[in-house]
Amino acid sequence: MKVLVCMSYIPDTTTKIRFREDNTQLDDTTIQWVINPWDELALTRAVELKEDAGTPVDEVEIVMVGGVRCEPILRKGLAIGADKATRIDVEPLDAFQTATQLAAYLQGKDCGFIVCGIESGDYNEAAVGGMLAELLDYASVSSVSSVQFDGVTPIYQRDVANGKEQVKVDGPAVLIVQKGFARVPKIPNMRGIMTARSKPLDVIPAIEVDPLVEFVMYTAPPSKGGVKMLNTPEELVRSLSDEAKLI
Amino acid sequence: MNFQLTEEQIMIQQAARDYAQRELIQDVIERDEKAIYPTEHIRNLAELGFLGMLVDPRYDGGGMDTVSYVLAMEELSKVDSSVGVIISVNNSLVCFGLEKYGTEEQKEKFLKPLARGEVTGAFLLSEPGAGSDATSQQTKAIDMGDHYLVNGVKNWITNGHTASVYLLIAQTDPAKGHHGINALIVDRHADGITVGPHENKMGMRSSDTHSVQFTDVKVPKENRIGEDGFGFKFAMKTLEGGRIGIASQALGIASGAYELACKYAMERKTFGKPIIRHQAIAFKLADMATEIEAARFLCMKAAWLKDQGQPYGIASAMAKQYAADMAMRVTTEAVQIHGGYGYVKEYHVERLMRDAKLTQIYEGTSEIQKIVVSRAIESGDV
Repeated sequence: MKVLVCMSYIPDTTTKIRFREDNTQLDDTTIQWVINPWDELALTRAVELKEDAGTPVDEVEIVMVGGVRCEPILRKGLAIGADKATRIDVEPLDAFQTATQLAAYLQGKDCGFIVCGIESGDYNEAAVGGMLAELLDYASVSSVSSVQFDGVTPIYQRDVANGKEQVKVDGPAVLIVQKGFARVPKIPNMRGIMTARSKPLDVIPAIEVDPLVEFVMYTAPPSKGGVKMLNTPEELVRSLSDEAKLI
Repeated sequence: MNFQLTEEQIMIQQAARDYAQRELIQDVIERDEKAIYPTEHIRNLAELGFLGMLVDPRYDGGGMDTVSYVLAMEELSKVDSSVGVIISVNNSLVCFGLEKYGTEEQKEKFLKPLARGEVTGAFLLSEPGAGSDATSQQTKAIDMGDHYLVNGVKNWITNGHTASVYLLIAQTDPAKGHHGINALIVDRHADGITVGPHENKMGMRSSDTHSVQFTDVKVPKENRIGEDGFGFKFAMKTLEGGRIGIASQALGIASGAYELACKYAMERKTFGKPIIRHQAIAFKLADMATEIEAARFLCMKAAWLKDQGQPYGIASAMAKQYAADMAMRVTTEAVQIHGGYGYVKEYHVERLMRDAKLTQIYEGTSEIQKIVVSRAIESGDV
């Protein structure tokens, strides 16, 4: 069974974010790009399922919408343990355009299920997974914390209020996962790093699709103020009440 | 000239950084304080391939270049230089020595498990009376026909207790001086080996350092590395590569302390502004950054020469001496920038300062490195 993992790339979380063109565009000249952390957890779990002889998963493919600059990130995914990578050759512009590109490639692909991280760590829209399921006409299963198998049929466990539920769907589903699907991202080992270049990385042309959203302007958050040290609980209560007006 | 790292080198750097910043950081203070060997971490790092990262994949290693090794050593040592030295000894002394000079049978039997990280190795050169003066070996390996009979004491042995494979340097024929020295592969659990108590060290307290006594230990003849009398040359050649590992470790200790000092200097305020805006602190940080970069270039140059198959002994001596002395200066300043907080364990820099001291001493003191360089100047090699 093949598992497909949709990945996106984001600026490293330690990157100093700057804007240009009157704050209408991200200044990406000094940005180091990394795998979106939620997608990295999705890939980690998919690789763990493949490595677990007790599951029917035997292949993991990663798919990314992006220009040539995201190829090192795809190769890291291959080093972590994916068997194949596919890059859809266009810069992602908004969630709809990204989901449409993914859907065009994934439609009809033979797979057990598709996994998407819940959101990207840069725009935090949490939109692509749901859109992708809709465009593919597949079931969307959110908040998935683990996957078990009944024979070759996946059983998805979801985290719900005060408990868990297990669901089964007909045909492939789009799983939307967050922290908990895997404990920590898998660190690639030497063998994985050395063999990453020998694994297939296909580049396919994008389809024509316009974004629905235009980013008009970005505003950086105000810089952090100073820290006030308080010595007693009474001072804290007074400060929260009289100065911050929070209580 | 190209300063660009390859994709693979960046991935290795990130892998080492991720492991160090995510896992090693969690218990490094406790392991230092209680001198606990990092068993679990070494097992995890072995699974990731760091224990034998320089070894050819034919012998179950990672097949990485020395530049990658420098990057990995720096990242691991930023957080835990005890882990750094365990990996350095296994890679650049034990595995390198076996791969470069061992027979196919020796590689099959000893190198492969070492490269897989299933076992670790130790390099036994220093003695109570033979540290820098490595020609004065008192440990005897008497030729008994089909085996050597070993008697003597080695000390300051990293991995002395935990290693399964010893590379032992011992004197077979005193009349031949250093031409009578041999290098032998010894099973750590052989009859007649007594490992002394854990040394209670000032720094690098999480690595296990021991003396090892040999009493009528029989070592099979087939465990000798190279021809009869090759041992001293073996030790010197192996230490040339070892210096790159320790230089990178010193680089990591310094850059770890520098990063902590920078972070602290941006957060800590005195007289109404972050202390990084006081010139007294800002200039310290500028000097630290420059010295670290200089050491990094020396380490990379030595690693690059080794990867190109060119002589690297002088470059590695320069890198080791400069990086070790620099690490001592930088960590001392990092403690100073932290003020009183730098003197307590919670802030890490005091540990890095204690650890830095050892890099000036082991695998050839800074003074020995200067002898190597100055002799090269005299002979026209520099």
